[in-house]
Amino acid sequence: MSEHKQRVIAINGNMVTVQFDEQVVQNEVAFVCTGDKELKSEIIRVRGNHAEMQVFEDTRGVKVGDPVKFTSKLLSVALGPGLLSQIYDGLQNPLPELAQKTGYFLQRGHYLRALSYERIWHFTPEAKVGDDVVAGMWLGHVPEGIFKHRIMAPFNLKGNWKLKSIAETGDYTIDHKVATLESASGELLDVTMVQEWPVKMAMRCYEERLRPSEPLVTKCRIVDTFFPVARGGTYCIPGPFGAGKTVLQQVTSRYADVDVVIIAACGERAGEVVETLREFPELEDPRTGKSLMERTIIICNTSSMPVAAREASVYTGITLAEYYRQMGLNVLLLADSTSRWAQALREMSGRLEEIPGEEAFPAYLESLIASFYERAGVVRLYNGQVGSLTVGGTVSPAGGNFEEPVTQATLKVVGAFHGLSRERADSRRFPSVHPLESWSKYPNFVGKSEVDYARSILKKGNEVGQMMTVVGEEGTSIADFTTYIKAEFLDAVYLQQNAFDEVDAATPLERQRYVFALIHDILRTQFKFERRDEVRRFFQELTQLFRDWNPSVWESSEFMKMEQQIRQKVGEQKKA
Amino acid sequence: MRKVYTRVQEISGNVIMVSASGVGFGELAEVKSTFGKSLAQVIRIQNDKVYMQVFAGARGVATNDEVAFLGHAMRMSFSDDLLGRIFNGSGTPRDKGPELEGNWVEINGPSVNPANRIIPRKMVRTGIPMIDIFNTLVESQKIPIFSVAGEPYNELLARIAMQAEVDVIVFGGMGLKYDDYLYFRDTFESEGALTRAVMFVHTAADPVVECLMVPDLALAAAEQFSLQGKNVLVLLTDMTNFSDALKEIAITMEQVPSNRGYPGDLYSQLASRYEKAVDFETAGSITILAVTTMPGDDVTHPVPDNTGYITEGQFYLRGGRIEPFGSLSRLKQTVNGKTRDDHRTIMDTMIQYYAQCRETKEKLAMGFQMSEWDTKLLKYGDLFEKYLMDLSVNTPLEKALDQCWEILAACFDRQEVGIKSSLADKYWPKGEVSLS
Repeated sequence: MSEHKQRVIAINGNMVTVQFDEQVVQNEVAFVCTGDKELKSEIIRVRGNHAEMQVFEDTRGVKVGDPVKFTSKLLSVALGPGLLSQIYDGLQNPLPELAQKTGYFLQRGHYLRALSYERIWHFTPEAKVGDDVVAGMWLGHVPEGIFKHRIMAPFNLKGNWKLKSIAETGDYTIDHKVATLESASGELLDVTMVQEWPVKMAMRCYEERLRPSEPLVTKCRIVDTFFPVARGGTYCIPGPFGAGKTVLQQVTSRYADVDVVIIAACGERAGEVVETLREFPELEDPRTGKSLMERTIIICNTSSMPVAAREASVYTGITLAEYYRQMGLNVLLLADSTSRWAQALREMSGRLEEIPGEEAFPAYLESLIASFYERAGVVRLYNGQVGSLTVGGTVSPAGGNFEEPVTQATLKVVGAFHGLSRERADSRRFPSVHPLESWSKYPNFVGKSEVDYARSILKKGNEVGQMMTVVGEEGTSIADFTTYIKAEFLDAVYLQQNAFDEVDAATPLERQRYVFALIHDILRTQFKFERRDEVRRFFQELTQLFRDWNPSVWESSEFMKMEQQIRQKVGEQKKA
Repeated sequence: MRKVYTRVQEISGNVIMVSASGVGFGELAEVKSTFGKSLAQVIRIQNDKVYMQVFAGARGVATNDEVAFLGHAMRMSFSDDLLGRIFNGSGTPRDKGPELEGNWVEINGPSVNPANRIIPRKMVRTGIPMIDIFNTLVESQKIPIFSVAGEPYNELLARIAMQAEVDVIVFGGMGLKYDDYLYFRDTFESEGALTRAVMFVHTAADPVVECLMVPDLALAAAEQFSLQGKNVLVLLTDMTNFSDALKEIAITMEQVPSNRGYPGDLYSQLASRYEKAVDFETAGSITILAVTTMPGDDVTHPVPDNTGYITEGQFYLRGGRIEPFGSLSRLKQTVNGKTRDDHRTIMDTMIQYYAQCRETKEKLAMGFQMSEWDTKLLKYGDLFEKYLMDLSVNTPLEKALDQCWEILAACFDRQEVGIKSSLADKYWPKGEVSLS
């Protein structure tokens, strides 16, 4: 470790230039020492013997001549048992512990260990002495919440090693040596339960990547039925302010059918994170009956926290997600919002005086977004187990206009697009995912031909609706008018979902299939109508019945009773 | 012993450069020119070149003027003596009072640890039914009034300040017309609110750099009061002027503009101010009410657009009224379940009928025949606008809710209004209704 001291020569906002005379590494972490504080920074450009660094903290008071310490290490996170249920800032400082230390405010220059070195874990070995070991191989496990947290061979291990010794079943702290590895040339390496990994590098310790094919059930009907997401897939949610991006993300983080959820709150309102922070510990995970917090990690770099750490926060999030995927788990990363990350890049690019691209975003924005989403995927590990990492990112386009660079760069690389619409939000149709503009490339899990038919009704209904604004109801045929009303009906009873109703907020896949089959039948049914107001009244009443049906508990007697009423009503109006 | 530099090497826009050493980033300096003294803030350092932004503007600065570094960043003297006082954007008194000294606090300080924040829980009563009933203001909320030039947004702001139940009012005026400044000052004085208020005022005639300091000074003062356990209401008008000042400075600094000339960090700049709104678990709170004028009534303009992503809702002020549609308080759910049991129902019902009334009015304008139901709706609309939307009313929430029931009763039969019977039994007015 070379810990040479160098000096600051220029300061421009949170960019500091340092003069050095030995060697530096691109993206290495350094500390600017100002007064009694050490400010964490990262080298982002080297020119001659000048290194330009982004400082992750407020640079107020930094002077020319202040010493700088280089660490020779890339920006990394600590990986080991104890990550779940933590609340970190973008640089993996645990916020609750920081609060105990510095009070109400986030004082700069305080860095804490991400994991507890005192906590005792019950280790059980899995590998045997003499086993072949490669990077990422499972050596043993400790219980963490409801999971077996695998202790793995270091991810940066090169070549084939042999397991020389392994600790017996017992209680250890994370820095306890649990195994020793030996290389072919006789080199020895001690393994503890904690390791580090640079956040900007993808973890590739697996046999192969597979095609995402299993559904990731979010229990949001319009998503699962119409625009599904597969485990290991990627999707994005662009939308103007007030369209309900964050509510949709929050609902997904609660109900999504995955093992681990990582929420990267990047540059958004602190209040929204606080809701998650305060409510999750009290909410019950429907699968395990334990607190939702036990399967969640929150990375929190809200809009008033230092801008440079915003970029770090999404990378920290995805690295932790990759780590849990290495254990054969299904992980979901929710990033809210990737636009803020892009803006942070733009700010830094401006300070570096790079040639700007569209809307002053740097030219490399697209490739950075692409390589970020590409870290998602389903992988088969060396031991045959399968893990997945799904990434869902929100985008906050300026003026709600999807033509802007961040939305466009994102659309190129994601597998599903859930575009939120201001019109739907204004008319209180939530979730405000636009049923005609959104798309998904993942296989349909509810029934392809049925969904296609429903979509054609929505499209036709929309056309009729537009026509009606010109010619009025009187100018439309009964058949067209019925299609229009059917589309409205489908929207009201199936696409719209009440996020604040306990039952309606989360519709399991089984129920979606069941209910959608019935709705599909109704859409296909030819009814006997003579007047337009008959059509309207019939579907209004039907909508009311469905609205009472949706909040009833699946397969309860109430559910059965309501279904009976619906079927009867439909039967009465059917054409003979 | 402060070292004085007497050689200004570069002057460009409001930025001057001197050759100096040992200067910290963000440090303040005092520039003495023949036109008087001004503060300047270090915004960039390159080797021995120190670039500073002169608060009073660089006009009249001579190359041999004295520049002395003060050894500290922008700060303000905080004490209860602030109350009743008026300052400018450099923090110097605008009224005839003395300069304040001692107990210095940093401005634009660190942000609150999210782990220390709590879910908002208390409503701020304003006496304005369009806010109290339909889009309740909540302690620690940050919410802007979206409006266009010419609307009475400053009157609305002043009215809310006078009627709101808070301990301290901190006023930040940016790019104010001098008349508007006098209007606020006189209103505060005549209503006796000046003794619990402190004002930081930058008028349109003042140097643009001072405009940038106003929100920071106001919020730093608010933060200190709230740490003393006070509930503080911060009024900021107009944040579009603040953003325009940012734009002006960024462009003189040769930064690459991102959208309509605004700097790329507009979002972060606005967010770091608005996010000062907070409710401390064991102390007071800061609520921020700001005005954002929308150039050309365009909500997709960068300033209202970025603001919308930061704040917790918005009030639209159009035609001298708070629009019921589009206005939104994102935090209202946290409090309106605890006020009175009919609050939520009344809120939904009243808005539904008002929306129907708007449709009827469109039909009327197109010359369609009015049915009996339409006539009822039109009457309803008139009463709604008169008793609830008029900005000059000052009605406590409970009375406003009673009025809502009376309006409903004056226009509709009880059976026509789809309200749960348990609520209607309790609140539906018995006997004659006196509204007209």
